[in-house]
This record gives sequence, C-alpha cells and structure tokens, in this order.
Amino acid sequence: MNYEESLQNVSVLGAAGKMGSGIVLLTAAEMADLSLKPENKGKTFVLHAIDVSDEALSGLMRYLKTQVVKVAEKKAVMLRKVYADRKDLIENSDIIDQYVFDVLHVVKPTKLLEAARDSKVIFEAIKEDPDLKISVYKKINDNNPRKPWFFTNTSSIPITWLDEKANLEGRIVGYHFYNPPAVQKLVELIKSQHTLKEVEDFGLMYAKNLKKVIVPAHDVAGFIGNGHFMRDILYAGNEVEKIKGEYTFAEAVYLLNKISQDYLIRPMGIFQLVDYVGIDVCSLIMSVMKPYMKTENIHSPMLDLLLSMDVRGGQYADGSQKDGILKYEKGKPVAVFDPGTKQYIPIAGFQEKTDKKLGAMPVVRPWKTVVNNAAKEELLTTYFKELKSLTGFGAGLTKAYALRSRDIGKKLVIDGVAFSEQDVNTVLLTGFFHAYGPINNYLN
Amino acid sequence: MKKLRRKVYMVAGYNSISMGSGRKEFNPKKTMPGLEDYIKEAGQGTLKKIGGAKNVDECVIGNFMAARYNKQAHLGAFFPYIDEGLTGKPAISVEGACASGALGLITGIKSVLAETADVVLVIGVEVQNTVKAIYGADILAGAGWFQVRKNGHAYFFPGEFSDRAGAYFQKYGREKTRKAFARWYRNAVENARLCPTAQEYHNTCDDLETLAMTEPNGKGFVDHLNLYDCSKVSDGASAIAIVSEEGLKRIGIPKSEAVEVMGWGHVEDDITRQPADPTELATSRQAVSNALESSGITSDQIGTAEIHDCFSIAAVEAVEAMGFAKKGQGAEFILAGNTARNGMIPINTTGGLIGWGHPTGATGVHQAVTLLEQLTGKAGDSQITLSSARPYGLSVNMGGNDKTIVAIVYRKGDA
Ligand SMILES: NC(=O)c1ccc[n+]([C@@H]2O[C@H](COP(=O)([O-])OP(=O)(O)OC[C@H]3O[C@@H](n4cnc5c(N)ncnc54)[C@H](O)[C@@H]3O)[C@@H](O)[C@H]2O)c1
Repeated sequence: MNYEESLQNVSVLGAAGKMGSGIVLLTAAEMADLSLKPENKGKTFVLHAIDVSDEALSGLMRYLKTQVVKVAEKKAVMLRKVYADRKDLIENSDIIDQYVFDVLHVVKPTKLLEAARDSKVIFEAIKEDPDLKISVYKKINDNNPRKPWFFTNTSSIPITWLDEKANLEGRIVGYHFYNPPAVQKLVELIKSQHTLKEVEDFGLMYAKNLKKVIVPAHDVAGFIGNGHFMRDILYAGNEVEKIKGEYTFAEAVYLLNKISQDYLIRPMGIFQLVDYVGIDVCSLIMSVMKPYMKTENIHSPMLDLLLSMDVRGGQYADGSQKDGILKYEKGKPVAVFDPGTKQYIPIAGFQEKTDKKLGAMPVVRPWKTVVNNAAKEELLTTYFKELKSLTGFGAGLTKAYALRSRDIGKKLVIDGVAFSEQDVNTVLLTGFFHAYGPINNYLN
Repeated sequence: MKKLRRKVYMVAGYNSISMGSGRKEFNPKKTMPGLEDYIKEAGQGTLKKIGGAKNVDECVIGNFMAARYNKQAHLGAFFPYIDEGLTGKPAISVEGACASGALGLITGIKSVLAETADVVLVIGVEVQNTVKAIYGADILAGAGWFQVRKNGHAYFFPGEFSDRAGAYFQKYGREKTRKAFARWYRNAVENARLCPTAQEYHNTCDDLETLAMTEPNGKGFVDHLNLYDCSKVSDGASAIAIVSEEGLKRIGIPKSEAVEVMGWGHVEDDITRQPADPTELATSRQAVSNALESSGITSDQIGTAEIHDCFSIAAVEAVEAMGFAKKGQGAEFILAGNTARNGMIPINTTGGLIGWGHPTGATGVHQAVTLLEQLTGKAGDSQITLSSARPYGLSVNMGGNDKTIVAIVYRKGDA
C-alpha cells in the first residue's frame, strides 16, 4: 500500500487534547494537500477525530479553523498554484477560504471509537494510562479488517509492552511528537522489538513530508527527551534539598531556576519548564518510567508534595502559564511557592541578597541572543571558558549542573536509549530549544 | 502643455506619522487610529497654518482603496468633520491607485488655475493595517487590471515588480543590481532616521546593506525581491494648501515659505497592457520629460527629488527614466552615491516609500510636503543644502505598474 492510500483513512485518538489537536491539524493539512493533487482527483480523504466529549470536539473544530487560516495565509503563494484551474477563485481571500474548507472537510469529529474501524493509520494521543491505551488498541484492532498501524504518542510506556499486550504483531511504533506538534520540529521514533518495516517506513515518509526531524530512540521508558528532562528535574530537586539549610526553599528554587536559565543559557529555567509542561504531567511520566529503571529511583518527593497541595502548573486554554512552583506575571516568574506556609514568596524580596551569594559570575548571555547567532560556537566557547575560570559558589553550582546534564546525556547512549551522542544533542537542540547539546567539551 | 495662466503655490504642509510595523507605537492587536482620525489630524494640521477653515475655498482628497481597506467611500464628506467651518464648501475625492495623492494635487492646482479657488485644501490618506498583508495584496491588486489577477502572484504587485527585477537582472547583471537595491535600502532607512514621522524612524539595525542582501525566497514571497526591496504597509495622511498669489495674501504667508509649482507632467498608459519593456519605466520617462518641458528646465537643474520607490527596482528604473542615469546604469548611479543625501542629486531625503512609508493614497501629497520643507529650509534634521545651480525639486508619483504618472516641478516661492 502506498503512502497516499494509507493516508486516505486516518483516525486520531484523543483528538481534542494538547497533542491530538496538533496532530489533527498537521495530518488534515497533509491529507488535504494530497487530495488537491491532480492525480488524486476523485479520491476521498477522511480523518476521524475521536475524543470523549462533544464540548472538547467542538473546541477542536474552533481551534482547527483559526489554525488552518494561519497555515493557509502562510502558504498562499503555493496555494495559488494548487488552485490554478479553479476559475472562480481569484483573490487570495477566495483561495484561503477554499483551502480552509478543504482541510476542515477532511476532519470528521466523533465520540465513537468505532469510526476507527476503517482506518489504516491510527495516531494515538490519549492520556498516559497504559491500561487505557491497551484496551483502546484492542477494541480497534479486533474490529478493523485493514490491520491498522498504530502511531502512539506515549512519552514513557515501552512500545514492545504495548505491542505484545494488545496483540498488534508489530503494527505499532512510538511516534513521539513534542508539544505543540504543529510548531515543534522534533519527533522521536521508537520501534518495538517487532515493529514492521512498512510501519516505520510510513512514519519516516510522513515526517519527511511534514518537514519534521526524526530522531530514533530505543524502546526504553522515557526515551531520549524525557530521559534527560526527568533526570534533570530530579537533579535540580536534589540540589534544592542540599542547599536548603543555608537558603529558604523559595530562595533555593529561585537559584536553581536562575542558574539553569541564565547561566546555562537555556530558554527557560528548570522549574519554569516543569510548570510549563505541568507538575502533574511530569510526575505521571516519572511514575510510568519508574518501574523500568532497575538501578535508579525516578521519583520526585518535591513534585509529590506540591501536587498534594494542588500546585500543578500547566497552561490555560489560551496558552498562558498557570501558576505552579513559580507564580507568573505576564509570563515571567515573580514569586516562588513555599510548601511550609503554602504561600507564594515574592522573588523581589530576596533576589538581591541571594544573587550576591553566587559570587563572581560571567556576564549573562541571554539565550535569545545566542541561539540563532552565527557566531554561536565562538560565543559559547568564550562564555564557558570564563565560567570555568571562576570558583565562587554560583559558578560551582552552574558547572556541576552542566556536567550532570552531560552525564545524563552520555548515560542515555550507554544504556542504549539513544543510538548516538549526536541524537541526544539533536533532541535537546530541536525538542527543547537548547542553544547547545548537553554532550559537549566546553568545560573540559 | 500651455503656459500656466497664473502662479500657483503650495504651503502649510503637514504629515502624520507613517504608522505600521517598525514604529514603536504600532500594535496590530490594539485598536489603532482609523481613517477619519488621520484625515482629521492632517486636515487640522494644515488649517492651523493657514488661518483656519474660513480661508479655504475648495477641498480635495486623494485616496486609493478606503472602500475596501476601511469599507468607506464618499471621503469628500469628511472635510466638515475636520472642521465645521468647511461645511457647505465644495469637496471632491479623486482616485488613481498609488498616484491618488498627486492627482489630488493636480486637481487642486486646476481649481486655482480655473480661478474658482484661491485656497484649496488637499489631503491624501490611506489606512492599510486593517487587514493582513496577504489580503492587502488583493486590495492593492486593484491598481492592476482585474482580468489578469487570477494568473498573477499572491503578492500581486511585488510579483509584477519582481518580474521587472528579473528582466533587469538578465539584461544588465544581477549582482551589481542587487547591491544597488541594498544601498537604496540603506540610504532610505538612514534618511528615515532623521525624520520623526517616518516609519523607519525607530530602526536601529547597524548593518542595513547586509540585511538587504538577504536572498529572495520565491516559495514564501517573490523570486527576485526580498522584503527590504519593498515599501511596507502603512497608515497615514498628509495635507497641503494649494494657493494663488491672492491666496497667499489672504492666509498671510510670505512667498519665501511657499513653493511655486513650475509645471507638471501627467500621463496615463493602458492598464490592460503589460509594459512593453519591463526594464524601463516608459510612462514615467514621458511624464518627467513633460514636467521638465512645461517648467522650461532640464534635469541637471533638479536639486532634489522625491520618487516612487514602492520597490527598489522601481527606484533603479526611475533614476534612468528621470534622465539622471543612462539606461542600464541606474544601479551604478546609486552605488556611486549620487542619490544619497550628500550626493549629486539627493533623492527621498526623508526615506521615500521604503523608509518613510507608503500610505498609498497619501504618498503623492507626502512627496509635495517633503519638497516644500526642503526647498524652504524647514526640513529639520533631514535638511539638505541645495546649490544655486540646482534650485528645483521634482516629485514623481506612480499608480500601478507605470500606468498613472504625475511628475511635478517646484521652486522656492520668492526665487
Ligand atoms: N503534553 C505534552 O507535552 C506531551 C508531549 C509528548 C507526548 N505526550 C503524550 O501524548 C499523550 C496525550 O497527552 P496530552 O498532553 O495531549 O493529554 P491531554 O489530556 O491534553 O489529551 C488527552 C485527550 O485524550 C482524550 N481521551 C481520554 N480518553 C480517551 C478515550 N478513551 N478515547 C478517546 N479520547 C480519549 C481526552 O479527552 C483528551 O482530550 C500522552 O500519552 C502523553 O504522554 C504529551
């Protein structure tokens, strides 16, 4: 079966969720583009957008409408060519409206899982619950005569386990988009021990057409991205514990967050990133990874404590940041949650004093000014050289953090999660927007 | 053209800010000033300098596409909104695509010559940021023939001028021409930084020529031009008073603060036809030649010019059409520094369309205001010095792809 035929009938499970809605957007646009090719005239392309509530599905359709308009506006130059033989479509606005119609027309929102019975390709992005995933796969697989391919978005469940439990006989591959899928270029591809070549080939072709960057990862819970991220969180949490005698909890969190952002030149500090992803989501991913790690304890008492006090982070529907470990004003952290008093302590109150204790630090190079800089390599080399020469408390903390991040990366290769150090770096650069890969020689 | 039967002057110019991306005040998510606000601001700006509405005999407003950008036609009836004192006076609205502003000037000049008016208030206005550029492209495409819109580029006019650039590259060489485009951009922005109303006034880029050498990307935009080769989307209005000698006396402004209109050329070409030779602006050439002839001067007496650089390629072809450079030598002419503010013939001294901005229907009036300020020594930080051998100013305002051209020659009033 060729690529186009496979894409004629697709289902997305969890279509109204964060990941699902993005996957619907990307896939529906790809399907509409195929349907508009002269050689596909007369063929139908159908995407079943499956989720559990009507409210969520109608929200999905509203989201799709605004997003497809933006997509269409961006590719108007190309769309004029696509619709060249449509004499009735003259102005850009005519063409954009038609394209929006053509994409939305592909999408059939439904609450019925049965809709997936005709699909060859199934993208799954329901919540991270192993048993739920298995039961859904089974229901579809047992009733779908086309022997469907499953592309799961799981962040942490081993694919071989899913494959065997649901009797999929290799018709499954981990296809781990990053959030938000419409923007993030990275997809981690994780094969089970049985994954069929045709399934992998389709995944590669689809990624290529969507201009995504594929990084293969081994089937080890957490894969590369979360394998690094979760351990990074645990490390930062431990450091907070370590310096807690000398600093209050709020001060320690502030410091680790500052160091991981400003002095490691990352787009966000570690605790802001936890809030961004959601404390509950991070905790869930850890709990799914934990049973598979024999020598390590992937578990954060700090996140548990926060969740027990209903401190969750995550985002509002409009994409703005909810308060979590940190409290935000206009997207910037202004206070830190203190579990002792269950209050947010304003950063401004202790910032100066705490910053002073860091001792001599290099001049901050904001991530924004480095990440796309043509002279990035040179900038980073000089920066880390200076950092290396400093011996104060803050510089020590920063260096240790960078080295730990490197060790986590290297261990992912040693443990066979990643195929190469290069792949680890690609994931951090592309999926986490770091300015440099964790495995580097800057501090040698 | 027949000799003018009376002297005609322009005075009391006013420019609003050219609002749009690049200006710090610009925020497309907030409600920005609307069409009526710009009309009022510019109209009152000029009225204040000429002793108020009571001194005005007639009004003219030039605008291209408010009917689509702002869903508003019937602009003549906005004059009484500027000032109650204009109620009951004649006002008309004129349109000729991006040359609408200069058609407004010509209409005002004709009223003075016809002796139906001694003082005419002329405004040019356009408010384009009401729609995104991709839809604005549909609206601006109205300056071309609608029957060819279907086969045109998504960005219709950038597409037309990209074709000109492609043809020019092929005939005269790409590298030096692209370099000239980049120099043009740099001159435009550097001039704009001297003029507080310019859209690029806040521009802080320190290597403009490198930026402007960015390779064009035909997939997202057009094949031969990048965004720096194009004037931006702008909101703005300009106003000026066109007056007779009697008019000057009535408003109490001395000739030394006015410019005299020496002559003009106004030429139309068939909108349904593609340019015979895309490497030249034939209609512009004819309009400038008519303007010089009717003024009794030659191009080497021009001290400064405001030209219609909607695209950098239009600037290169325009310096040739005006007779400053030979055919195919426009790029070298610009690269040699001749058009810079300290060059032989400073062009677009406040940035032109690329640097100051291009609120389409306002541009022709803005050009006149700029020349009025330069020739009377009121250009502030952007003031240039004119030599006595070259005392004239020239404006060239273009509608469509070299279809409607108005060229006007000016001189300081008491010269
Ligand atoms: N959010 C991220 O940053 C991220 C990144 C990569 C991968 N993932 C993974 O993607 C998956 C989805 O995560 P999310 O963040 O989009 O979650 P989400 O909660 O936003 O979305 C899950 C969606 O699944 C729907 N759903 C639940 N049960 C269902 C069922 N039985 N049938 C159909 N729909 C059902 C829910 O209504 C919801 O709309 C998880 O496996 C997660 O680990 C998440």
